[in-house]
Amino acid sequence: MAYLTEKFGPAIGFHSVAGEVAGPAKVPAVKARGVVQGAKARKRMAQAGTFLYGLPLLGLFFLLWEIAPRLGWLNRIFFPPLSEVLVAWWDLLASGVLIEHIGISLQRAAIGFALGVVVAIPLGLLMGRYALFEKVSDLLVQTLRNTSQFALLPVFILLLGIGEESKVAITFYSSVFFLLVNTISGVKSVDPLLIKAARSMGTSDFDLFRKVILPASIPSIVAGARLAVKSSLFAVIGAEMLAAKSGLGFLIQNSQLMMETADMYAGILTLTVIGLTVNYLLVWFERWATAWKGQSETSLI
Amino acid sequence: MDRIVVSDIKKTFQLKPGQFVTVDGEATDRVTVLDGVDLSIRKGEFITLVGPSGSGKSVLLDIIGGLTQATGGDVQLDGRRITRPDPKTGYVFQQYALFPWRTALANIEYALEVRGVGKAERTATARHLLSLFGLAGFEDRFPNQLSGGMQQRVAIARALASNPEVLLMDEPFAALDQQTRELLQGELLRIWGKIKTTVIFVTHSIDEAIFLADRVVVMTARPGAVKEIIDIDLPRPRDGDIRASAAFNDYRARVWDVLRDEVNKAQKDWTLSPAFSH
Repeated sequence: MAYLTEKFGPAIGFHSVAGEVAGPAKVPAVKARGVVQGAKARKRMAQAGTFLYGLPLLGLFFLLWEIAPRLGWLNRIFFPPLSEVLVAWWDLLASGVLIEHIGISLQRAAIGFALGVVVAIPLGLLMGRYALFEKVSDLLVQTLRNTSQFALLPVFILLLGIGEESKVAITFYSSVFFLLVNTISGVKSVDPLLIKAARSMGTSDFDLFRKVILPASIPSIVAGARLAVKSSLFAVIGAEMLAAKSGLGFLIQNSQLMMETADMYAGILTLTVIGLTVNYLLVWFERWATAWKGQSETSLI
Repeated sequence: MDRIVVSDIKKTFQLKPGQFVTVDGEATDRVTVLDGVDLSIRKGEFITLVGPSGSGKSVLLDIIGGLTQATGGDVQLDGRRITRPDPKTGYVFQQYALFPWRTALANIEYALEVRGVGKAERTATARHLLSLFGLAGFEDRFPNQLSGGMQQRVAIARALASNPEVLLMDEPFAALDQQTRELLQGELLRIWGKIKTTVIFVTHSIDEAIFLADRVVVMTARPGAVKEIIDIDLPRPRDGDIRASAAFNDYRARVWDVLRDEVNKAQKDWTLSPAFSH
């Protein structure tokens, strides 16, 4: 030991910090980035691979859709071939009708969801943090949460009329509980040690919410938001089918009543495309918002 | 001059309804972890606390840090009674307790942010501290991109950011491997030598306690109290070699001598341990 120190003493003494950090760390840092990049590329390849594997079956489905009505396996009036649906879809798109309906539906869903965020996150922070608050409100929340939003549509219409308000109300109702429940569980799972550390630095109650509890809960809140966005999209379509004069739901429902089945399927396809797009956007947002966790395990489902 | 005066601190925990432990053959839902701790700590002194598991070392540190209220007695910092976290106190935890969503730099800045220090000043301070700990160039790394030793350096830097007069350290190096541990001990002494803040350092390691301390405080088994205080009269600055010296060996034997009975007592008390896993 003494010999070692004699020989390497100053070097160890001086580099001791660097020994673990500055010196070799630079090498692993570069290496790590390389590894991460390799992993990323591999992951992308794997994802592309999964996509490619899935293509034949999807293609088969579309092919069946095209030929079944043509061969008379399905009634062509109720089930037009895919090509006719696509033509109808193009016509709807070109005339601007489709865009209008999409815009209205998305707007309703977005307003309802935004209201859900504004209400659920502050409420969830309080309910998750203060046991008494949750004890008092939990039963009411559970009761409301387990009441179907569609069952409540007549109530919303009675209270708010047939106009936009009732649609926004149902999308709000469909999203708020996903957000609320996930915010509460996010707050409850904040590492108590982080709260202790924050308190040891003299963090005020307000700052504790803003700078510790909220950011720590973000992964859970964002996961809830994914569900909430989907739920409010579904709800707005349902509401538009039941009581509306515009929106994608109305387009689908109305086309069915008018026996314009190609338009109906065009509307349904549009919904599918919107659903897929929104899901990808949300997954991307979730990865971005939780980048600090390292590589995300979020799947696309 | 005494910076911290701990007088007759008692701490009793009330267990949750339905939970019981056996103390001296009797079931009870109340457990006394500290029973009359007296301790005076001088300004700029490096104190290490050793004691068997469950002797309330960490609880005592929490009380001094203002994070837990004592059941009896009081702690004074510069003559003022501590009831909540004092801005003059920095705290370092065994599990680093860094905010995972903040970069190394932003973690250190946090300590200044909540005290209302302006952006430019807190960034400058945080950068300076990172370089002091040999972490220049790692400003933008998130905690999960740093090794345990680096994370604990960031955590110590964060505790020092507000220029505390007292640094409380709760087994800060216990989760690190032996080499990193000794490295950080040396580093801590180097930095402490510059800033001369008062340090209270809880550890399970007798070697660590002796190597760092001006005085080693040995606690009794639960309920905890001060059993003996041993002055460590080793020259400073100290380097790793000192561990091999005869004087160090003598201290090791002495501390272990004092500690042995208490550890044996604590071993017999193992039925209690599940209730004190924290």
